[in-house]
Amino acid sequence: MTRIRFQQSLDELKENLLVMAGLAEQAIQRAIEAYRVRDLSICDLVSRSEIAINRLERDIDQAALDLLAMEQPMAIDLRFILSVIKINADLERVGDAAKSISERVRLMQQMAVVDLPVDIPKMAALASEMVRKSLQAFIEADAELARVVLTMDDAVDTMNRAAYKALTKLMEEQSHLAPQALNALMISRALERVADHATNIAEDIIFWVQGADVRHHKSVILGANDPHAMG
Amino acid sequence: MGVGIEVINLNAWYGTNHTLQDINLNIPANHATALIGPSGCGKSTFVRCINRMHETNPIGRVTGTVLIGDLDIYNDAKPVQIRRRVGMVFQRPNPFPTMSIYDNVAAGLKLNGYSNRRALDEIVERSLKNSALWDEVKDDLKKKSGASLSGGQQQRLCIARALAVDPEVLLMDEPASALDPVSTSKIEDLIFQLKSQYTIVIVTHNMQQAARVAEKTGFFLNGRMVEFDSTHKIFTNPSDKRTEDYITGRFG
Repeated sequence: MTRIRFQQSLDELKENLLVMAGLAEQAIQRAIEAYRVRDLSICDLVSRSEIAINRLERDIDQAALDLLAMEQPMAIDLRFILSVIKINADLERVGDAAKSISERVRLMQQMAVVDLPVDIPKMAALASEMVRKSLQAFIEADAELARVVLTMDDAVDTMNRAAYKALTKLMEEQSHLAPQALNALMISRALERVADHATNIAEDIIFWVQGADVRHHKSVILGANDPHAMG
Repeated sequence: MGVGIEVINLNAWYGTNHTLQDINLNIPANHATALIGPSGCGKSTFVRCINRMHETNPIGRVTGTVLIGDLDIYNDAKPVQIRRRVGMVFQRPNPFPTMSIYDNVAAGLKLNGYSNRRALDEIVERSLKNSALWDEVKDDLKKKSGASLSGGQQQRLCIARALAVDPEVLLMDEPASALDPVSTSKIEDLIFQLKSQYTIVIVTHNMQQAARVAEKTGFFLNGRMVEFDSTHKIFTNPSDKRTEDYITGRFG
């Protein structure tokens, strides 16, 4: 094998992205835990991890840029680096979503605890499962597992729409609960975004592994031939 | 204008060494086609079969069919006729060192008995303009020798010499590998301009160069054509694992 240093650099890039992914996944889990137990100390942890995520995002982008400029990668290596850059941005957004949830938790802490018609932990579990599966697909370069992630997004979207409907109805009928309902709505929206980012990551993995651009093509998700596949 | 090249079951040997094995491909007219592959893979031998240079080696042998347009070059034409239709540029610029710039460009025409001075002047000027060298040498055409030019200028002089006989195909065997980045860039720009008028086949070790100038790329390995496809496909998502391993530097 030649270009040993280049291969080592690609391995390092992958490892750093996995560290980033671990931080982003942990941030979401912590934010939901903070919501569930109403613990502000966990919100502090989420805020701190966001700083680390932002720093790592810059480091990964710089490393990817250096490899593009210095090594002129081709084919699967080129697709890998492009995918890393895009996944990196999605993971940073997952970190932002975690912070957004934790800020909503802080606000809700000052309000009376009420029973809201939305199952945030259930929605969070599904969104986290999508993130976890997409990262597993990244670790194993498994395009089929990435396709499974794509099929999960509709369920989260449905839950978000149901939450919107139920929470707006609650606000209309019991306006004194509007502050709690509004915050829950924002958390639901953040989780729906997390699922979208997991979907993007899965699409990037399919591009990296198979060279197929499956964005915006449901038929490909379901396994039909893709007329837009590269080449 | 350029013509297409059709290669059917081409095999070539150096003595007992079977250098090219069962090559089949269609090179499109008026496009640049790049040939890549590790040293010794047969890509230079291949281009030398397209203008019947391979057989000038005493131990060189060729079987198969090469059609330049409709012309079956191994059955219907003599090597000298072929070389008028197929120009060639080599890795190291090889101007005739004692000849003037003018005579370097006119050499091929004069060799073919062309003697109309006025027509020669026009062809020399047109060829030097087409090779993007005219502005740099127009005042010294008969004063300076070809050897007095820089390496990059000498290579463009050789391209002008090849263009002067009005070929349909231009073969380039690593034409920029001995040049600095600026001269390389000029040669690449030139290839880009020339391909609308000529069919260009370029052998290169520089994969970025292939990606920049060619619409089609062929990957040779151990005397065989492993993959021939659009350059975009070869460099972003090749079909064959061996192509991918080569262009990503995993061997070669």
